[in-house]
Amino acid sequence: MNGDTSADDVANNKVLTRQLPTAADAAAIERGKYVAIASDCTACHTMAESKLSLAGGYLISTPFGGIYSSNITPDVETGIGNWTERDFFRAVRHGKGKQGENLYPAMPYNAYVKLTDEDMHDLWMYMRSVKPIHYQVPETDLGFPFNIRLIMMGWNLLFFRNDSFQMDLSKSVEWNRGAYLVEGPEHCAVCHTPKNIIGGDSSKYLQGSNLSEWHAPDITPDPYTGIGLWSEQQVIDYLKLGSNHVAVASGPMAEAVTNSTQHLTDTDLKAIAVYLKQVPASKTIRPTSIAPDTAQMKMGENVYSANCTACHNSDGKGIPNLAASLAGNPGLMADDASSIITTILQGGRGAVTVGNPTSAAMPSFAWKLSDEQAAAAATYLRNSWGNAAGAVSADEVARARAELKLPAQMAGQ
Amino acid sequence: MKRREFLTSITALSVASTIPNMSQAEVVNGGQPWVPGNVKTPLAPPRKGGLQYLTQHEFDTVGAIAERFIPADETSLSGKDAGCAIFIDRQLAGDYGNAVAIYRLGRFVKGTPEQGPQSPLTPAQRYRLGIAALDKAMQQQYGKQFLSLSSELQDQVLSEMEKDALNLGEDVETRVLFELLLQNVREGFLSDPIYGGNKDMTSWKMIGFPGARYDFRDLLPKKGLKLNIIPTSLIDNTL
Amino acid sequence: MNNVRPKADVAIVGLGWCGSLIAEELSRAGLNVVAIERGPWFETSTDFPPSVDTDELRWDTRRSMLLPPAVETTTFRNNITQTALPSREWNLNELGYNVGGSGTHWAGMAWRFTPFDFEPYSQTIKRYGKSQIAKGVILQDWGITYDDLEPFYDRFEKIAGVSGKAGKLKGKIIPDGNPFEGNRSSEYPLPPLESMRLTDIFTEGAKKIGLHPFMVPAGQASRAYVNPLGVRMGPCTYCGYCLYYGCGNFSKSSPNACVIPALMQRENFTVLTDSAVVRVNTADDGKTATGVTYLDKNKKEWVQPADIVILSAFQLQNVRLLLLSKIGIPYNAVTKTGVVGRAYSFQTVSGAALYFRNENLNQFIGAGALSSQVDDWNGDNFDHTGLGFIGGAGILVVARGARPIGNADSLPPGTPRWGKDWKKAYTHAFQNATFIFGQGTSFSHEDYYLDLDPEYKDDNGNPLLRVTFDYNDNDRRSAKFIEEKSVEIGKSMGAEQVIGTNSASGSYSPYNFASDHTIGGAVMGTHPETSVVNRYQQCWDVHNLFVLGASSFPNNAGYNPTGTIGALSLWTAKAIIEQYLKNPGPLVKV
Repeated sequence: MNGDTSADDVANNKVLTRQLPTAADAAAIERGKYVAIASDCTACHTMAESKLSLAGGYLISTPFGGIYSSNITPDVETGIGNWTERDFFRAVRHGKGKQGENLYPAMPYNAYVKLTDEDMHDLWMYMRSVKPIHYQVPETDLGFPFNIRLIMMGWNLLFFRNDSFQMDLSKSVEWNRGAYLVEGPEHCAVCHTPKNIIGGDSSKYLQGSNLSEWHAPDITPDPYTGIGLWSEQQVIDYLKLGSNHVAVASGPMAEAVTNSTQHLTDTDLKAIAVYLKQVPASKTIRPTSIAPDTAQMKMGENVYSANCTACHNSDGKGIPNLAASLAGNPGLMADDASSIITTILQGGRGAVTVGNPTSAAMPSFAWKLSDEQAAAAATYLRNSWGNAAGAVSADEVARARAELKLPAQMAGQ
Repeated sequence: MKRREFLTSITALSVASTIPNMSQAEVVNGGQPWVPGNVKTPLAPPRKGGLQYLTQHEFDTVGAIAERFIPADETSLSGKDAGCAIFIDRQLAGDYGNAVAIYRLGRFVKGTPEQGPQSPLTPAQRYRLGIAALDKAMQQQYGKQFLSLSSELQDQVLSEMEKDALNLGEDVETRVLFELLLQNVREGFLSDPIYGGNKDMTSWKMIGFPGARYDFRDLLPKKGLKLNIIPTSLIDNTL
Repeated sequence: MNNVRPKADVAIVGLGWCGSLIAEELSRAGLNVVAIERGPWFETSTDFPPSVDTDELRWDTRRSMLLPPAVETTTFRNNITQTALPSREWNLNELGYNVGGSGTHWAGMAWRFTPFDFEPYSQTIKRYGKSQIAKGVILQDWGITYDDLEPFYDRFEKIAGVSGKAGKLKGKIIPDGNPFEGNRSSEYPLPPLESMRLTDIFTEGAKKIGLHPFMVPAGQASRAYVNPLGVRMGPCTYCGYCLYYGCGNFSKSSPNACVIPALMQRENFTVLTDSAVVRVNTADDGKTATGVTYLDKNKKEWVQPADIVILSAFQLQNVRLLLLSKIGIPYNAVTKTGVVGRAYSFQTVSGAALYFRNENLNQFIGAGALSSQVDDWNGDNFDHTGLGFIGGAGILVVARGARPIGNADSLPPGTPRWGKDWKKAYTHAFQNATFIFGQGTSFSHEDYYLDLDPEYKDDNGNPLLRVTFDYNDNDRRSAKFIEEKSVEIGKSMGAEQVIGTNSASGSYSPYNFASDHTIGGAVMGTHPETSVVNRYQQCWDVHNLFVLGASSFPNNAGYNPTGTIGALSLWTAKAIIEQYLKNPGPLVKV
């Protein structure tokens, strides 16, 4: 049953979050910190440009209105200081607030439902150890009818699978660890699995999904648009360093790398790589490459040569760990070209990691290129050096430019 | 830290990056700031038509001077047709014309040649005073303004100015004015078209300069050879 | 004082090469470091990406990245009989005005000085005797040797990603390197840049007359590179937009590309931008610094207290701040006493203009330090007996970029500067006109110095720095000698016209852009009577104050100063970490 939170009854219902942990709790807190990093709580629960860690107040905008993340520090008045461990479990794994109200699935409880009891306990211990911050988060007011949280019950019935993590005994321990991390704490499907019209996961698991001006790529082992041609080590490099032989994490993924995946242990990263390389491949069909002599391709070549080769090279191979290779870059060839359009228009920055503090940024070209030129460049990249993908139109670029609120090409004389 | 903003079930999304603590203006700690879509572009190019500083007569006079400095021939447009006067008008209306970068405090005292310019006049002021003085001198000598003189006579007058052999009155340092005009016309001829001059990259085509390009590695094997690179400019819709 | 920031272990004034290198060292050693930078934060993709870099008018002609004279300039006179006047317009004092300092816009020539340059006095006496020293020339040993500094040169080159070829490696002379360089413990971290047509002609011409040409060590990465701090650089693309420009693709060595990404990851490092330090504050007894006073973006006054203060604000500003803070005894050119402002030098430049007949030099392809040079006539590399001077010059050609506006007057003598004939001549000259650059030693002189101007002030009401300078007899003689040598090389290169040039034949002017290397004024030495700082760049008078930069050089070598500035910063960092922190006080006893 979807509303059934009995799995959380294992958690203690007396000790309050505000109670300071003791020295004996140090090991649990350390483990819990790792779970928090793997789950990337700070992503939503810390405001932009703020040092008020986990104090909430981050406004997640939705077509229905803005949802503020909550203060999850142990502060009594404004945080979760008066919550018991069970309250905490029910919120994280089942989307229930302290009074039993439904949380909006901005909180990815449909992924966190898979967190084990042990990880949840450690996570709670960590939350008890963070600095309490007195910060009253603004009320979330979505407006009728979405302010009626009961509606979430219907959503839950359709899409929330109230199942804890189940090991697949036919697979290795390593695979299972990878499955747990990907399905649970790291909640990769939240971005990488395409959604249906009311926001539930479709069955195309990890096959890539549109997130407004971004496309979270296919991370199945498909050889064309996915990670099929990547070795396990190359997957690990991407998650740990923020880049590998071909790709540089940018946009929303850059942040996931910086705050979460770069801090995972090498063993856990390998487990993720092993798991990902074994999910069902998307079997995306590769089209024929567009011929280099079309008008759009020729324009694209000229634009690329004048504007891009200084970092991305005339052979499309980029600079290792600085500028992505465009040649053989699977994410670039997704049917949905949102990411490349967004990146050309507003620039992009590679993930900052301990191993790569440079995180070189690409400049914004909105002021310099017309919609035609940006579309031609994108089409050229997607179809050169052995690449093949659909053309990008000037209209798509124009729409993205408007959505991103970027200026038009600067006028000539 | 700036968070990625997205919702599991809804598609509204905005960009994410790792930005350090900038809550206190100008205190940078914990990372390198970066904001998407933010580039220090060149100043917006001129509006089509309309003058921002020069009067129509001054504009025409500057155009005539530009044409003498850089006449039209098979190698390029004239300085006038290339837009040098438009360029100069826009420059004089901006920071350059108003000497914003120049030190203008304290007494203005003429010094040794080594001590360089010690005048309170901004470039914009020099043009205004200089063109008026030039016209006055031409009126006295030839009964016409500079603009109405024949090309040969204009060349002669400019040569005199170059040699500092034309008295334009106390307020105008003739040689300085000449060098200013020559420098600005050259700038208008040879700078990126975004600034109003160098129409269709006429000067770059003349001298064989590739313009706004940044990667010549593929041409390194061709050193010493004539390269015939098609020039491009900052904004170039002919690409 | 109302506005006081929390105390730091170290306050660093100016976040350029010196500031960022020492900040990296000290923050890695665990100290809490605050840097205060007059200019704004700079970021490659925002402030100087390739897409806006390709704009000569903006960056070169209008100097958009540099400190405008309106913010601060110097006053100037050739000698004390004149009244100094402000250098009101853009001149050869080219300071940065951003995080990264002048290290963001420099040309990238990444040299080491030679052993002679650090001990010019004792080596001249030994080889030639006292009579070789012209009257009034200040000649003194630095208090450190090349060997002391060698490991720090090595580290600087590795951090900066310098491209070059060793000429003297572990005692062995290597062909095609510089046989006159100081002994190196290791090769350059990257191989030399690709040679251009111009450098090929020079190399050939120089070899023909028995000289030893080599590729100049360049602060442009010849390959993609990861430096010892884990920071990544891309390969240079020979775009020709180098000096006066930021580098858009992470291939020019700079604080921004090489140090700051690692530095900014440290929680114990903070930079205050848009904040202009106006004074170093000292305790009542004047023996220690207590911190600095600065003006924020709104001209509000703040104090940054610190246990250690480091001045790394560019040579001119270092000297000015010492004078404004009343630290050390200012030099008096009449009585020849005092030290702050004493021993000021420059770069003695002469050479030759070359006009080829029918070349395709394609000078728009290049990099700031892409050069071929001979050192046969530099420093003390040749016998000066009977010549009447010491020193000399590195003689080189620079394949640095084409400058359509900047080079519009690079025309053979007698060429009209406008009109139809100018068009024709310039089109030809664009591919055929170039120059040989003799970048010569510069020795300081007791008549030339820096002090505070008695009349002119900046817009905060503080006196401007006054420069009293002209070429001395020694340097005039060496310039003439180098001009002759340059003409010889030019002829050997096969240029149709070779015309000697000599910026030291007349009087020095800040408007004659011979060089932008302004040197000395707070020099290092063995004794407080002839220097402001000791061999560790520690102020003799104020033991917790360190002054880093070219202000430390008592004389300038025939090379660009940045490599030596970088090495000295690392050398001082080591002294602070290993000696000063353990036992705060003067590191050198006299």
